[in-house]
Amino acid sequence: MKILVQHHDFDAGAELAALQSAGVGGIASFIGIVRANPADHPPLTALYLEHYPGMTERALTRIAEQAATQWSLADCTIIHRVGRLTPGENIVFVAAASPHRQAALSATAFLIDWLKTSAPIWKREDFADGQASWVAPREADDREAEKWLK
Amino acid sequence: MQILYFAWLREKIGVPAETLEPPPGVATVGALIAWLQTLGPAHAAAFADPNCIRCAIDQEIAAPGASIAGAAEIAFFPPVTGG
Repeated sequence: MKILVQHHDFDAGAELAALQSAGVGGIASFIGIVRANPADHPPLTALYLEHYPGMTERALTRIAEQAATQWSLADCTIIHRVGRLTPGENIVFVAAASPHRQAALSATAFLIDWLKTSAPIWKREDFADGQASWVAPREADDREAEKWLK
Repeated sequence: MQILYFAWLREKIGVPAETLEPPPGVATVGALIAWLQTLGPAHAAAFADPNCIRCAIDQEIAAPGASIAGAAEIAFFPPVTGG
């Protein structure tokens, strides 16, 4: 299990290769990327991500451990970037490796859905017109996370 | 105790952290928020709507009714938006 919170970019290919091992039949992954044009806003110049050092790593480890148990994963990886990111840059990488594809796919969706609603990370959008606004949580994100409780 | 602020709470208060000793009658997260509101205009503005604020005691999420007894580090922040 690999949990990283870092400023610098990640190499998704290298991270996927690191999850290959005997007994792994499938690896699923998700990469979140900074969008250039959020809906109903001027163009974005940067996304600033702030987090709670220490608590973030603990929260991500807990989410990964839950996924590993629930889907009997061989391994999983979460890498979340923080700091100032510009449109097109990577934000987050999650991946799950398991003997069978469905477990890997489901665990990957669970990891990103739960990370969004339970890791102490906050996004601020900095716009081309000089305005900035902290992103408000979306109810849809809460619903996506809660569906895993059923 | 050490009080930490993140995101717009940090911006409104103007510092990321401060060391404060609440009076003995302040026993819960909710009471601590009410006391913080009295510290000045910046704190009052930041804590104006407690429904928009989440709390962690020693890096564990805590409800408004949670006891702050013995806490070393209490963090206040908006609902999270990572991913």
